[in-house]
Amino acid sequence: MARIIVVTSGKGGVGKTTTSAAIAMGLAKRGHKTVVIDFDVGLRNLDLIMGCERRVVYDFVNVINGEANLNQALIRDKNCNLLYILPASQTRDKDALSLEGVGRILEELSKDFKYIVCDSPAGIEKGAHLAMYYADDAFVVTNPEVSSVRDSDRMLGIMASKSRRAELAMEPIKEYLLLTRYDPKRVESGEMLSLDDVQEILSLHLLGIIPESKSVLNASNSGIPVILDEKSDAGQAYADVVARYLGEKRPHRFIESKKGFLRKLFGGK
Amino acid sequence: MSIDPEKMHDVQPVLEIRSSTFFVPVLVLYSNDLAVIEQRLQQKVSQAPDFFESSPIVFDLHELNNNNDEIDVVSLVELIRKVGLFPIGIRGGNESQNERASSIFIPVDAIRSSQSMATEIPKVSAPVPERQTIVKEVVVNNAATLITQPVRSGQRIYVSGDLVILAQVSAGAEIMAEGNIHVYNTLRGRALAGVQGNTDARIFCFDLQAELVSIAGDYKTSEDLKETVRKKPVQIYLQNHALIIKELV
Repeated sequence: MARIIVVTSGKGGVGKTTTSAAIAMGLAKRGHKTVVIDFDVGLRNLDLIMGCERRVVYDFVNVINGEANLNQALIRDKNCNLLYILPASQTRDKDALSLEGVGRILEELSKDFKYIVCDSPAGIEKGAHLAMYYADDAFVVTNPEVSSVRDSDRMLGIMASKSRRAELAMEPIKEYLLLTRYDPKRVESGEMLSLDDVQEILSLHLLGIIPESKSVLNASNSGIPVILDEKSDAGQAYADVVARYLGEKRPHRFIESKKGFLRKLFGGK
Repeated sequence: MSIDPEKMHDVQPVLEIRSSTFFVPVLVLYSNDLAVIEQRLQQKVSQAPDFFESSPIVFDLHELNNNNDEIDVVSLVELIRKVGLFPIGIRGGNESQNERASSIFIPVDAIRSSQSMATEIPKVSAPVPERQTIVKEVVVNNAATLITQPVRSGQRIYVSGDLVILAQVSAGAEIMAEGNIHVYNTLRGRALAGVQGNTDARIFCFDLQAELVSIAGDYKTSEDLKETVRKKPVQIYLQNHALIIKELV
């Protein structure tokens, strides 16, 4: 059976799709057959981040409606042959998805894949609900600012009450925190919430801190998941996240700001 | 990997019927005066609108029939709907009342009513004033409800007895109890104790950062909280209609 991971946040623009692309690639690179599904019907982006936008023929909605089979819609990633992408439809809206349809497709994918990564749309409406409904694990992507933290908190509440696991009184969804766009300098100057501030409200298992990084935008624009940029801090941070998720123990990095050459020299703060 | 809808039906059943237990409020009537009932019911609903809005409700005519007070079931159903509740059953009705109810598709709870009559405990303590409309839960749950998971923003909990929460209550969450509320963690959301009018109810919490605290309808918002009690372990209770927030030592 596959493990179904939802990447969710409530708030938009915090890095869900970047995270979905990175961790799906990370899991596949480590030898696990993985599929990443774009649930953002009507606002399709994952294909761009994965660099497969020119190869989209059939999409998620086509498969749900029985207009195509899964093999026709799944796109094999060009960098890793264990990774597949199921793109969203751009011409439809979230109402094209149904709970049964999504369930049927996830069940079918479960036979073939080890991990299914569901890239949730923003909001708490139908698309986001369907993305998290069948999940086993949730990666809650949060930025270090108050509105993102509150939206994540709200999303956690919804997962605790409206997911399949909640409805069937099964073991609850495992929730993990991913703090993205973290800028230690701005945290030190008090402009940004610190990890402790965020954890005071969310108190989740921390899977990793992804530092604010230029490499993320570069990676998105070139359609290569940032985890493949092994020199970048964000890429390394995502590699750590995947390793921790798979059970490795790695110390957390990128919490403190890098000290400049002069600061290092004088040991000052 | 193709999907054949015909085949899917073999694997996935179209439907199933399960047995399930629900908690539904029961409206016990002690008066057959529709105007008075409407007024009192409206009052009850406005005290806890979040709880009652669109709530299903069963009405109980047992007391009325004991006193031979006749009531028109159809008008009663209309009245209940008017205040925003959904009547879903009648119990304790006589034959003609049950018939009237059935004719407007209100199910008759025959088994339950006979059971509850048989096992009814004589009201010794705290006699209910005669001829008053009261709303109570089917199961009077005086036991405490224990919550160990965080109560997240947007979540709402209502219990008829005491509420004990070991995890934090986030901003934007709402916890309500007819009895006392204990939060052995940080309270950031809204906490309403004694929501059915129990002025002896109290709120206890380890770290007070609530948006709103209320006991039996008397409330204080976050703005009114004094700095001396903010982020402190406190108890909150009513004294002469004043909400007292006192640090626990």
